[in-house]
Amino acid sequence: MSVLVDSNTRLLVQGIGGAGRFHTDKAIAYGTQVVAAIHPTRGGETEHFEGVSDSSGVPGRSDSYRVDVPIFATVREAIAATEANASVIYVPAPFAADAIMEAADADLALVVAITEGIPIRDMIRVKRFLQGKATRLIGPNCPGVITPQQCKIGIMPGYIHQAGRIGVVSRSGTLTYEAVHQLTKNGLGHTTAVGIGGDPVNGTNFSDVLELFHQDPATEGILMIGEIGGSAEEEAAAWISEHPAKPVAAFIAGTTAPPGKRMGHAGAIISGGRGTAADKIRALEQAGVVVAPTPTDMGTAMMSALDRTGS
Amino acid sequence: MKIHEYQAKELMKARGIAVPQGRVAQTVDEAVAAVRPLVEASGNPVVVVKSQIHAGGRGKGHFREFPELAGVTVVLDGLEGGLKASEERVRDLTKKMLGSTLVTVQTGPIGKQVNRLYLEQGIDIERELYLSVVLDRAQERNTMMASSEGGTEIEEVAERSPEKILRVTIDPAIGMAPFQAHALAHGLGLRGEAYKNAKRFMLALAAAAAELDSELVEINPLVVTRDGKVLALDGKMNFDNNALFRHPDLLEMRDLAEEDPAEVEASRYGLSFIKLDGNIGCLVNGAGLAMSTMDIIKHVGGEPANFLDVGGGATTENVTAAFKIITKDPNVRGIFVNIFGGIMKCDTIANGVVEAVKQVGLKVPLVVRLEGTNVELGKRIIEASGLNVVSADDMKDGARKIVELAA
Repeated sequence: MSVLVDSNTRLLVQGIGGAGRFHTDKAIAYGTQVVAAIHPTRGGETEHFEGVSDSSGVPGRSDSYRVDVPIFATVREAIAATEANASVIYVPAPFAADAIMEAADADLALVVAITEGIPIRDMIRVKRFLQGKATRLIGPNCPGVITPQQCKIGIMPGYIHQAGRIGVVSRSGTLTYEAVHQLTKNGLGHTTAVGIGGDPVNGTNFSDVLELFHQDPATEGILMIGEIGGSAEEEAAAWISEHPAKPVAAFIAGTTAPPGKRMGHAGAIISGGRGTAADKIRALEQAGVVVAPTPTDMGTAMMSALDRTGS
Repeated sequence: MKIHEYQAKELMKARGIAVPQGRVAQTVDEAVAAVRPLVEASGNPVVVVKSQIHAGGRGKGHFREFPELAGVTVVLDGLEGGLKASEERVRDLTKKMLGSTLVTVQTGPIGKQVNRLYLEQGIDIERELYLSVVLDRAQERNTMMASSEGGTEIEEVAERSPEKILRVTIDPAIGMAPFQAHALAHGLGLRGEAYKNAKRFMLALAAAAAELDSELVEINPLVVTRDGKVLALDGKMNFDNNALFRHPDLLEMRDLAEEDPAEVEASRYGLSFIKLDGNIGCLVNGAGLAMSTMDIIKHVGGEPANFLDVGGGATTENVTAAFKIITKDPNVRGIFVNIFGGIMKCDTIANGVVEAVKQVGLKVPLVVRLEGTNVELGKRIIEASGLNVVSADDMKDGARKIVELAA
């Protein structure tokens, strides 16, 4: 079991040029079912992919792949023809919000926006547009979502991921790699790793993903990686207090970040004394979460959270 | 992106938001020449000389070179002595202010050099209010905040008397609705002309904030005059960097003199860099990893000299540039390269580091921790280079080693 994506995920790609093409190739190599691509002027053509399969990906495939992915002019056409049920967005930032809305308008269940640098005003409008719709948006400005050996959507390297027991949810890309690498090394592995992204206005927050992991029988513990800025970690802490069933470990980046400065991510800023790492760590610890003192200790923090509950 | 007060007021004025009359000056002569037209246009013999820097607290701030002189100074000489007296006083003041260093609570002890001044008409103030438009992250919408406590920092008001802050949330599809402006203006106790003007001011300000992709618009104080006018006495506007592609006019307002030269240089190479006060230089990929690299250095007893994220798509050239920026800082006693290769490959980083050291030399200890994509290849490149590099097994190991070596 897993959350959000699995071997039944049929992916369509919005933004097949440049980086989108590169990562689509890696996803196919991993064994993700990429069924369609969207391009406004290349509908009717196909995009060719071939190469050596990623041995860490979906098991039981041949060593190499040759695929022609059909291109459609609109998301609706692509869904009608291919029964795609998820989308990944690599569209450049000025046009990415529009791409998200097109996917939601076509009632896709899952939209994963990788694009970095979408204006906040655009995301505010996207969130308004998504109200009342069934679409779940992950990101933007995130590495994507991966269920090891089943489906990889996004830009994370496949081979560091190993199927296992822990659900991972993170605002940061490279810290997610750091976390899954440690879970792989200590043998816990993970069910699904979800990058929710570093932007101040995003599709899905910690508590949403915590709830998904909570309902997934295969997920035995949850590792969440937060950072300074906003109050998503505090909200997560409140959610965990109310739903204490599964052990949770966490790491919060930015203990030493100076106030008022944006630390790389658009959302990582301490403003007016709010959003500090210390506040977030305190809230999580009060909710019974084991907080790793450094990123090197994320794996062991997860271990001790599991031990504490006898899992 | 930040802009100066006078630029914010130009933008507001063009959008029907009431601001006092004013003129910008970059030289003493320009400042003196601005006095007559300003006084004639406003009909008020009082002139206010305001330092233009990208930091708040200017009115209470003082110049390092002239400790008795405040960052914002009111020239009353015109009341008694007429225009000539005002002009002489402005000449005297601006000679001191231009080129001097203004220290405020927000600049830190180093202060900021004043290169531009804004001369503004005097205002007959009856009330000082507060107004802002900011993102409410929990609501995922912009919110307009108003308070009767003008002239005080809003964080302070929120701490002391939160009931004095009024808020309305702005629907992005509708914009600010008249009833919301009414709720704020009425809630502030405004009536008659002042009420009408405040309402108009608020609606125009909300529209401007949306149109300009502002991240923060803050009018503190918003003043009400005795004849019921409502004006932005101060004005601060910050913009969403990610939206600047659709505002070329705003980009022209960028004042590079207000920014840290190393940060400007870094942005040219697509690097996210922030200068800090410590002595351990950091070169990292990914914002979260870069932030926690600073944390872990501090955790093991060191002090980071910078935040630096080379990003996911960095080339050897970017990495070389990053390395040079770090080594330019005279405080740096050691460098920690911490990479978890994903899309970024470890060999790219290794090549960039080797190339940079070839170009600028290596005078301080260097610890490199590589993990992820092409890690073996990256390690071989570093080894083959013959550079004096200490390798680390993980982040904590690397942080300990560099802090020890730099001590």
